[in-house]
Amino acid sequence: MKTAAATLLVMMCVLGSARADSRKDSCVNCHSALEDARLLKPAQLFDGDIHHQAGLTCADCHGGNPNDDSMDAMSPAKGFRGVPKKSAVPDFCARCHSNATYMHPFNTKMRIDQLSEYLTSVHGKRLKQGDSKVAVCTDCHGVHNILAVSDTRAPVYPSNVAGTCGHCHADAAYMKEYKIPTDQVAHYQKSVHAEMLAGGDTSAPTCTTCHGNHGATPPGVKSVASVCGTCHVFFAQLFEKSPHQAAFAKMGLPGCVQCHSNHEIVRPSDSWVGTGPNSICSTCHTAGDAGLRSAQGIAHNLGRLDLAIAQADTVLDTAERAGMEVSSAKLELASANEALIKARVNVHTFLDTEVQKVTDPGLETAKKADQAGVAALQELNFRRKGLGVALITILVAIAGLYLKIRQIESKEQA
Amino acid sequence: MSLPEIPEKAGQPGRRWVNVLLGGGLAASVVSFLYPAIRYIIPPAVAESTSRSVVAAKADELKRNTGKIFKFGSKPGLLVRTSDGEYRALSAVCTHLNCTVQYRDDIHQIWCACHNGLYDLDGRNVSGPPPRPLEVFEVHVQGEDVVVTRKA
Amino acid sequence: MSGLYRNALAWLDERFGAGSVEEFLRHKVIPIHRHSIWYYFGGMTLFLFIVQVLTGILLLLYYRPTPNDAFESVQYMMTQVRFGWLIRSVHSWSANLMIFTAFVHMFSVYFLKAYRKPRELTWVSGMLLLFIVMGFGFSGYLLPWNTLAFFATKVGTEMAGSVPLVGKWMLIFLRGGEEVTGATLTRFFGFHVAVLPGLATTLLAIHLMLVQQLGMSTPPAVEKAIAEGSEPRRIMPFFPNFLLRDMIGWYAALGALGALAAIFPWELGAKADPFAAAPAGIRPEWYFLFMFQTLKYLPSKVLFIDGELLGIFGFSAAALVWVAVPFLDRRIGFSRATRFFTGAGVFVIGYMMVFSWLALR
Repeated sequence: MKTAAATLLVMMCVLGSARADSRKDSCVNCHSALEDARLLKPAQLFDGDIHHQAGLTCADCHGGNPNDDSMDAMSPAKGFRGVPKKSAVPDFCARCHSNATYMHPFNTKMRIDQLSEYLTSVHGKRLKQGDSKVAVCTDCHGVHNILAVSDTRAPVYPSNVAGTCGHCHADAAYMKEYKIPTDQVAHYQKSVHAEMLAGGDTSAPTCTTCHGNHGATPPGVKSVASVCGTCHVFFAQLFEKSPHQAAFAKMGLPGCVQCHSNHEIVRPSDSWVGTGPNSICSTCHTAGDAGLRSAQGIAHNLGRLDLAIAQADTVLDTAERAGMEVSSAKLELASANEALIKARVNVHTFLDTEVQKVTDPGLETAKKADQAGVAALQELNFRRKGLGVALITILVAIAGLYLKIRQIESKEQA
Repeated sequence: MSLPEIPEKAGQPGRRWVNVLLGGGLAASVVSFLYPAIRYIIPPAVAESTSRSVVAAKADELKRNTGKIFKFGSKPGLLVRTSDGEYRALSAVCTHLNCTVQYRDDIHQIWCACHNGLYDLDGRNVSGPPPRPLEVFEVHVQGEDVVVTRKA
Repeated sequence: MSGLYRNALAWLDERFGAGSVEEFLRHKVIPIHRHSIWYYFGGMTLFLFIVQVLTGILLLLYYRPTPNDAFESVQYMMTQVRFGWLIRSVHSWSANLMIFTAFVHMFSVYFLKAYRKPRELTWVSGMLLLFIVMGFGFSGYLLPWNTLAFFATKVGTEMAGSVPLVGKWMLIFLRGGEEVTGATLTRFFGFHVAVLPGLATTLLAIHLMLVQQLGMSTPPAVEKAIAEGSEPRRIMPFFPNFLLRDMIGWYAALGALGALAAIFPWELGAKADPFAAAPAGIRPEWYFLFMFQTLKYLPSKVLFIDGELLGIFGFSAAALVWVAVPFLDRRIGFSRATRFFTGAGVFVIGYMMVFSWLALR
């Protein structure tokens, strides 16, 4: 019955959405005139709410009679539900949002499994156990001024998500009893993912990308690689076949996170590989073991190629600035760079031989580019020598002319 | 405007040396001008290729469902012969980090080996990191040759 | 050696009457005085013009005048063709040097008043040659089809369009259409290698014939001194004395050109993209800078006349007056009128230098 009435209401709204504002809503009319901020605020906020724009009124969630101007409008007899308790909020929202028939006319693509997902989450489980500090729908989506996810002002818009989660998770005092870290947001802000997001790439990962949104749960140790591997496909594939996979699994280490961290994921550097001061390999491997030897080999190969490219680049730059045409050599060098990129991917096989397979052809290309640059400089030298020869012949000719003039004119004067 | 006077030494040998110097200097300088000019006139070994179009392959060279990398100006291009026998030609420079892409005959798409970027045969970037589509070229079969031309 | 020379001359004389040419040349004399150094500049300009013709012909062997190939063909010449870099850089440097010596030659003639009767037509033909030479510079500049060339041409031809009545037609004629396109390139190429060389050769022939016919002019001050007896009349035979000195200058110029080509090779730039935005700081070659800068300073409207139009008219009027100077400055002597013209000349040089410097800042 209620469903039918609501559907009818919706149809009227959809057909005459322009008239939504003119439909009688005694709740808003009354509450807007109140002085108590707590009662005034919802009426003020509701104007921008997505539910309001879809044609819903206060009564559609809270019950009651919007046509009644008296206080009677809020009588339980008229179906008034009042303000739901925090623990009842998920069910309150799910009344509509988990109802496929109800939601379909509003948005055919909208999911209706948020509640069932939520119940699998840490938040949902703890809520059921009576913890009222955990997040419920309204904590993340807001209440009375709920915006679409695609609205940039929404607390759940990708670039706002970290702030929304951090509202609790970065509050050390609030989170004290849970004994989990509260520095995730701070770490995340330093990451390359946060940088991508700030740069406008909304496909960049934020908290919910890896943890899930409604079913928010930190990925277990075994599933870290799958989570990262959703985007970083090659690395996950290579890692899976590498000796680290079995070793990490045995030791209960979380795959990618072990070296790359979970929240503060920064741009990796070649210096992480090998035995240098920044080396991550050295944190587990000790001198003399096979792993460290492999790491040294990998670092050596990467370093060699990097150096060769830099060298060729310098030579070509010098030649270019001296006026020689070396654009095609520079383009060839770009493919050596490509080899370096691929080699860095192959680091995740953790086998020196695999990395060398890629760096060796890159070295060949870099060497060729270097040779082209040297040849250009040699040609420049040749030109200058040639010029010198030509200038000498010209000077001899000028000297000859000068002497001839003197000879002729001294003869004339004699 | 006469040149400064310097006392003339004994005539004949001096005059001969001046003539030798003058003649030699003139001749040598003329040679130093003619030598580059003559080398210039001889056409170089590398024939020039216009940047607008290039013969990417022979008509029966490419089997169906295969791809070939060819040189287009100073950048690589990719020529694909689809399973239907049609030709497609695109720039082979990946729009992510400029690696050279390739045709994958198992998934019938264009793939970048560096970071798993995928493009469809119209060059559209369908998955992975590439931010923009590949540049598409025109292909025509002219007699024996498959000619690829930059779009106007 | 001289026997061979005499036999060859005699052989030619029987067929061409070449002996009379040699006789004439033998009698050509150059007046020697404190200003004689300026006499070298005409010959230097001619020599550089010949260098341009020769290197230009060599460039023609490889250059392709279409928008798809022009830049690539120049790039090919610079990188693949043996000594292509030399021929191309010499051509570009010599062009600039030639325009410089042409201006020096013109100004030296002006200040030494060599344009007075009977040499008025020599002056007129010389001024026309100067305009043609600047036309060579403008048309040749577009041919490498790089960004700088493309936009400089666009701006330059745009100004032609602002002339009233004929402006639109002039613009379309120059550009071969409404915009600068491949048609413009073809047209400029035609101007540069056929039309302008033809015109230049004709005018050059007239100019040189007049010079030979009328002999070298002596400046009025020197003539006065000679008449008063305070200075002896000194002359030097053209052949071989002056010619040998000329050759020293020409060889020095060749050396300079070679050095410039090897040490400061002419830039290739980037291929022109008609759809790209014009890069900041586009300006024409140095010999157009003073005009360019003047137009920048003119307000967009002076009374009811468009500022740019005023500038163009101003320069055209000034050029016309300049060409007509021999007919205006008749009373050559030490009259005030003469001093006025000298002063005007100093002003013009100063103006050109100051405005060129301003444009480069």
